[in-house]
Amino acid sequence: MSILKIDNLTKRFGGLTAVDHVSLEVNEGEILGLIGPNGSGKTTIFNLINSYYPVSSGTITFNGHDITHMPTNRIAKLGIGRTFQVVKPLKRLSVIENIMVGAFAREKTFSGARKVATEVLEFCHLDGVAKMKAGSLPIAGRKRLEIAKALATRPLLLLLDETAAGLNPTELVQAISIIKNIRTELGITIVIVEHIMRVIMTISDRIHAIAQGATIAEGTPAEVSVDPATIAAYLGSDFKAENRPDA
Amino acid sequence: METFVQTLVSGILIGGLYAIIGIGMTLIMGVLNIINLAHGQILMLSMYITWVLWTYFGIDPYIAIFITIPIVFFIAEGISKFLLHPLMGKDSILPENQVLMTVGIGMVLVELARVIFSSDYKSVQTSYTNKSWYLGTISFNTPLTIAFIISIIMTVGLFLFLTKTDTGRSVRATAQDKSAAALMGISTGKITVLTYGLGSALDAAAGSLLLPIYYLYPDVGPLFTVKAFVITILGGLGSTVGAIFGGLILGLAETFGATYISMGYRDAIGLIIFLLVLVFFPGGLKRFTKV
Amino acid sequence: MKKYLLLEKREWIILGGAALAPWIFGFSPYFQGLLILVLMWVVLGNSWNLLAGYTGQVSFGHAAFFGIGAYAAAIPYHHFKISPWWGLLTGGLAAVILGYFLGKLVFRLRGPYFALGTLASGEILRLLFGEEEWLTNGHNGILYMTTFISKIPYYYLILFIAMGSLVAVKVIMKSKLGFYFLSIREDQEAAEALGIDTTKYKNIALAISSFFAGLAGAFYMIYMGFVDPEVVFALHNISILTILVGIIGGVGTIWGPAVGALIMVFIQELFRSSFFGVGPQWVSQLHSLVFGALVVVMILYLAGGVVGDWDIIRKKFGKKRVEGQG
Repeated sequence: MSILKIDNLTKRFGGLTAVDHVSLEVNEGEILGLIGPNGSGKTTIFNLINSYYPVSSGTITFNGHDITHMPTNRIAKLGIGRTFQVVKPLKRLSVIENIMVGAFAREKTFSGARKVATEVLEFCHLDGVAKMKAGSLPIAGRKRLEIAKALATRPLLLLLDETAAGLNPTELVQAISIIKNIRTELGITIVIVEHIMRVIMTISDRIHAIAQGATIAEGTPAEVSVDPATIAAYLGSDFKAENRPDA
Repeated sequence: METFVQTLVSGILIGGLYAIIGIGMTLIMGVLNIINLAHGQILMLSMYITWVLWTYFGIDPYIAIFITIPIVFFIAEGISKFLLHPLMGKDSILPENQVLMTVGIGMVLVELARVIFSSDYKSVQTSYTNKSWYLGTISFNTPLTIAFIISIIMTVGLFLFLTKTDTGRSVRATAQDKSAAALMGISTGKITVLTYGLGSALDAAAGSLLLPIYYLYPDVGPLFTVKAFVITILGGLGSTVGAIFGGLILGLAETFGATYISMGYRDAIGLIIFLLVLVFFPGGLKRFTKV
Repeated sequence: MKKYLLLEKREWIILGGAALAPWIFGFSPYFQGLLILVLMWVVLGNSWNLLAGYTGQVSFGHAAFFGIGAYAAAIPYHHFKISPWWGLLTGGLAAVILGYFLGKLVFRLRGPYFALGTLASGEILRLLFGEEEWLTNGHNGILYMTTFISKIPYYYLILFIAMGSLVAVKVIMKSKLGFYFLSIREDQEAAEALGIDTTKYKNIALAISSFFAGLAGAFYMIYMGFVDPEVVFALHNISILTILVGIIGGVGTIWGPAVGALIMVFIQELFRSSFFGVGPQWVSQLHSLVFGALVVVMILYLAGGVVGDWDIIRKKFGKKRVEGQG
């Protein structure tokens, strides 16, 4: 059963086509990895899914609803949570308050939101810094806070945009385990954009590779990593470097 | 028809003066990325200096320009350096902190003027204050004409400065992209401080030119601040050339409004056009909606 | 902290003090008048703070709501001799309606441009109410013989409204609404991604904010017995002063506007009265100048306001004491 269906999605910025007739389906319960070189349009696809940018052409269907032209907040209400590559903490609010803002999407009361937030805090290993101002969190904490805020909205589908970038090896292991738990414990479907190959190849069930805004390969991690088009566009130059054990 | 042409002429003449006020504001907006809500108050400051020079020293307002410009420039440099610059990059709840600072500065300037000069209306009666010259039956107010010509000279001078000198180019580069300018080795901090003085200097010139025409009282400041931002938004869109059009549009709108609608609405016309632009051309203002 | 009926113990003490305040200085009407002024500014400050301090939409046109509230009380009296006291019902409502339409306009804009949009709106209303004499009696204003000679009834009325606005802000900021307001202030894009209809919630903030400003305006008409467009729609003396009250007290804090209002009225009156008659006469000229200078200094050194930066203030003074001992 597909939960998200993107059909011939295209986005033009002036003369530049950032996303070029991309079609993809995400099945319920799976983790789909979206890969591609820098500037290939991964984040743009996210921004189109949650209507951050208006779509030029094509359709996006989520859980039976046509969300192509729906405003961002309604898409979030329908059940798509997302994180931002450049994190967007609500700086002057504490960590738990940040998460509560997300929780209010489904909860009416203060105590209800607080309860949800407390659960999410624990899930994302943020309980130690609950009272800290989000603006003073170190980067690893901010990345986890991005996930936590989105989780608190109780999404059906989570779009993760480079949540592992800039983390040290210990933090990386923790992040991977959180992402895995989101699927196994909470049953949330995930689409993940990630530069670090080791992360995306171990986490994802399927990979969708794009280059210059267009699909170049699709399949299991094993299939895609040997696909000549992918290697040419992306892995050829980056794979080895990124795949070093210490990366 | 004659009324129409007469109105047109008056509108264009005052528009020229508005243009340099608008250009000053636009420069500051472009480089400092703030709306200078003390702009009219700085103009008021210049008007009072001009008034003092005329009343106590008998210096003609047009000669006074050469004195008001440097004085106002240095005062503005001080404001910029000690009051606005320190706020840059400082974290605050309201991102408009610098704008709010200009409000505070404006208030201090107005109240200072009130304490020193009282709230009385003042004006200068020069030999040419009420003179006009004629082209056919159309009259041209003499001081307004002189102001118009000097405004054009100042505008041309500014453009030469911005395009031909290194400092001028640095100002433009900083306005376009501060971080890129910094990477090119431009001391953007210095340029920022300088630009506030520069924009205020234009304002100062306008103040001296305005005095033979306009009544002077402390609250002239806020009045011209409103005019300045209307000019900037109307034509400006952040560009100096646009500010010229903004000035002309406001000048024309005011004189036509006063002639054909009601004198009392003269000051409302610009504001109404300003809001109409917001309603009917939201696309045209898109640049502004992203801070 | 223990709570009794929405307020903390400390806050009940302040309220109790405020209730007794007009009896200090032997019923001095002068003193009572000042207190009324403070409370009126508390209402305006709270109103502005909810929209600007908590929701991040910095209004430069709050006089629009104050003025419309005052005229909602005055116009029916001028034309039909309907008591201005009905303004306590219609004033807030008229301001909310105005806010609804203005919101459609100004919420298209962000940041400084929002500020300019609201400023322009307020100024247009001032000029409009000055010109449309058939409706507003223009610059002659509308005059009304006030109901009570004593200031006491007015004092308790405005105290009630001020407490109402304080409690409202306090309750809102502990609810979903308040969290949504804050998230809009902090990051609109992030808020949208969390399912928050930012336009809708900005409009709600504006509605609540304009309601209290309008109510303050209606009170002004009832209390002063006079409105004039230049006074109630004043850019400087209402719109800007409201902002300054917020900044001095502390933007985005519950008690900030109240503290700001107290400081503003105190400083202005201190100078206006030449230090209550003991200073030289010329000092009275300085009342607004000193306040303006204080704002500049505050933005420079204590951008969080007296309440917001209380810890910094306390530390500074505490440190001095230690140095003095050593």
